[in-house]
Amino acid sequence: MKPTTNDLPVSVIEPPKGFEAIDFAELRRYRDLFYFLVVRDVKVLYAQTILGFSWAILNPAIQIILFTVIFGKVANVPTDGIPYFLFSTVAIIPWTYMSESMIQSSQSLVSGQGMLGKIYFPRMIFPLTPVLAKLVDFAISLLLLAGVLIFYKVTPTWNILLLPVFVFYMMLIPAGIGMWLSSLAVRFRDIKFAMSFIIRMLIYTAPVLYSASSIPPEYRLLYSLNPIVGVMEGYRACLLGGPIHWEFIVPGMVTSVLLMLSGAMYFRRMERVIVDVI
Amino acid sequence: MSADDFAVVAEGLSKIYRIGIKEQAHDTLARAAIDFIRSPLRNYRKYRSLYQFDDVADGKSTGTSETPADIIWALRDASFSIKHGEVVGFIGRNGAGKSTLLKILTRITPPTRGRARILGRVASLLEVGTGFHQELTGRENIFLNGTILGMSKREVDRKFDEIVDFSGVARFIDTPVKRYSSGMAVRLAFAVAAHLEPEILIVDEVLAVGDAAFQKKCISKMQDVRKQGRTVLFVSHNMPAVNMLCTRAIHLEGGRIVNDGPTHDVVSNYLSSDTGVPAAREWANPDSAPGGEVARLRSVRVVSRDGRSLAAASVRDDIGIEMAYDVIRPGSMLLPHYHIYNEEGVIVFGTLDHDPAWNRRARPEGHYVSTVWIPGNLLSAGTLFVTCSLITRNPDVSQFSENQVIAISITDIMGEETARGDWAEEMPGIVRPRLEWTTRFTENGR
Repeated sequence: MKPTTNDLPVSVIEPPKGFEAIDFAELRRYRDLFYFLVVRDVKVLYAQTILGFSWAILNPAIQIILFTVIFGKVANVPTDGIPYFLFSTVAIIPWTYMSESMIQSSQSLVSGQGMLGKIYFPRMIFPLTPVLAKLVDFAISLLLLAGVLIFYKVTPTWNILLLPVFVFYMMLIPAGIGMWLSSLAVRFRDIKFAMSFIIRMLIYTAPVLYSASSIPPEYRLLYSLNPIVGVMEGYRACLLGGPIHWEFIVPGMVTSVLLMLSGAMYFRRMERVIVDVI
Repeated sequence: MSADDFAVVAEGLSKIYRIGIKEQAHDTLARAAIDFIRSPLRNYRKYRSLYQFDDVADGKSTGTSETPADIIWALRDASFSIKHGEVVGFIGRNGAGKSTLLKILTRITPPTRGRARILGRVASLLEVGTGFHQELTGRENIFLNGTILGMSKREVDRKFDEIVDFSGVARFIDTPVKRYSSGMAVRLAFAVAAHLEPEILIVDEVLAVGDAAFQKKCISKMQDVRKQGRTVLFVSHNMPAVNMLCTRAIHLEGGRIVNDGPTHDVVSNYLSSDTGVPAAREWANPDSAPGGEVARLRSVRVVSRDGRSLAAASVRDDIGIEMAYDVIRPGSMLLPHYHIYNEEGVIVFGTLDHDPAWNRRARPEGHYVSTVWIPGNLLSAGTLFVTCSLITRNPDVSQFSENQVIAISITDIMGEETARGDWAEEMPGIVRPRLEWTTRFTENGR
């Protein structure tokens, strides 16, 4: 069988030349691989554990209890009149998703280097896989969230219709940061050590454990440039009702879109030299 | 010929690596301290320099003076075109650039300079089992590995049963791979790779993990692919395999292509450059030629039936080993003879001239050419070394004996008139005669 030459794909191999656009057609061709890598991440995560997917609930639950005791009872952090347990549950669940997918995404190239050196596929799949895979954990932990909401007899408002917007916004952040840090980590293993510090910094500079209203008005714009702030405010407004503080949300959305775009650009620039440097 | 006739067109492909960036040594505590403070910036420059080659002069220039000491050209100015359906072997020593070239063509690493155009899907057998995850079941791994190798989910779906059959692990298909024996895992991995249908298959035997059995599987897979008219690029140190499978060979040396042509020529050239033994020798000056006052050796070479000099011949071809000598003092009876050695230094055979026309005859002065004919389908594939001697009789005195003076490479081929026929696997033995076989058949119960 001799292949007919006109319907064969043509590829041109050239030296990398600076910034390149994202090749969406190529990403599309590799979508099945992307899918199976996500499935792999999900299936492998809780392999050979007793509790399995219950960890997706236990993990945030333990944190929530811990924070409720320390910040709610001992430190008595103000929460705009919302019970601290409810207040922190709404924030810890998206936070757990974001921090875990950020950590995994930033290490994705280094931990996948065995595969990198042997076969080509769009490298961008590496940092994006945890962003999707962790959604499964997130979805499971929403059960915990639903339970807490029912326990506190929170009646849903129309705000909840905006939740998908905030879920998407929440995904942009680890995707953007993951692309930046994974390509940087290839050259600078420092990223691995800086990661726990970055995560800690993010949780304290965002209203995960306290309310954003405690920030003095003159610093609010600067404060809400941190994209995590907008996610937290968005989730609270969607799930607990009340006014949506767009002034906290929009700046963070802009930041996260910029993070995502610049991350993708930087990643594309670095993508082709990764194998030689890793 | 249009561009579409070629599966691969490479133009000036080059790859530069920077190696061995020297760590600075400091001799005083103060300098160490300063160095410690400055090191982040230096480290940054160091890592940046790993992939920035602004300081390296144009790849076209051949001088080494402008090349910084810490870079190596893993590949330099490689240009070639490969037609659809060609089976091309890439040969050369370790570090010659073969694997780098394949890594560029599979897009694992980009070239530093140059350009390649590839028509068709590329798959390589160097990553068999890549992405296999111990915790996933055989079924899940088939899908994961298949898509990693470039198949779509639908393709894997379609071939799934075939893959499972081929692997022979059907019973354990829903068991995690970590429970498999290593042999089972390799079989499953290979089964996936074997069901790829790329237009261009790349096999890097050097990198292929696995035992002899696995390498054989690779080779028979390549033969299937070749029969289907697909293009194969094959990197190997196994010259008989290259000879057998490839129609064309490209010899790389120090990152450059030094030879490109029909397999037999390129391989024998490579082998003779490798052994350092030429395919023919000639002594221009009769006074310093081997021998003494009776006779002097003038040349030794291997010839074909039609009189051409050969460096390589296929297992099927008749070859002649020819020595030319001058008899200076007439009146002696002479006995030319050869010893043929293989690569292990084993004497395959010795042969003496008993041409009745000259055997018992005192030779007059003059120039003689004595040739022994070795029939095709006698020698095994490999490199043979020839020791060439001349003895005068009664009393027997050696006039000259040139030890392993020339080499000939006998190349392996398959086909009707060979001893191996269509058998693709290893053929052991110092010789490989094509012998007559008969079969007597009796029906059951008669």
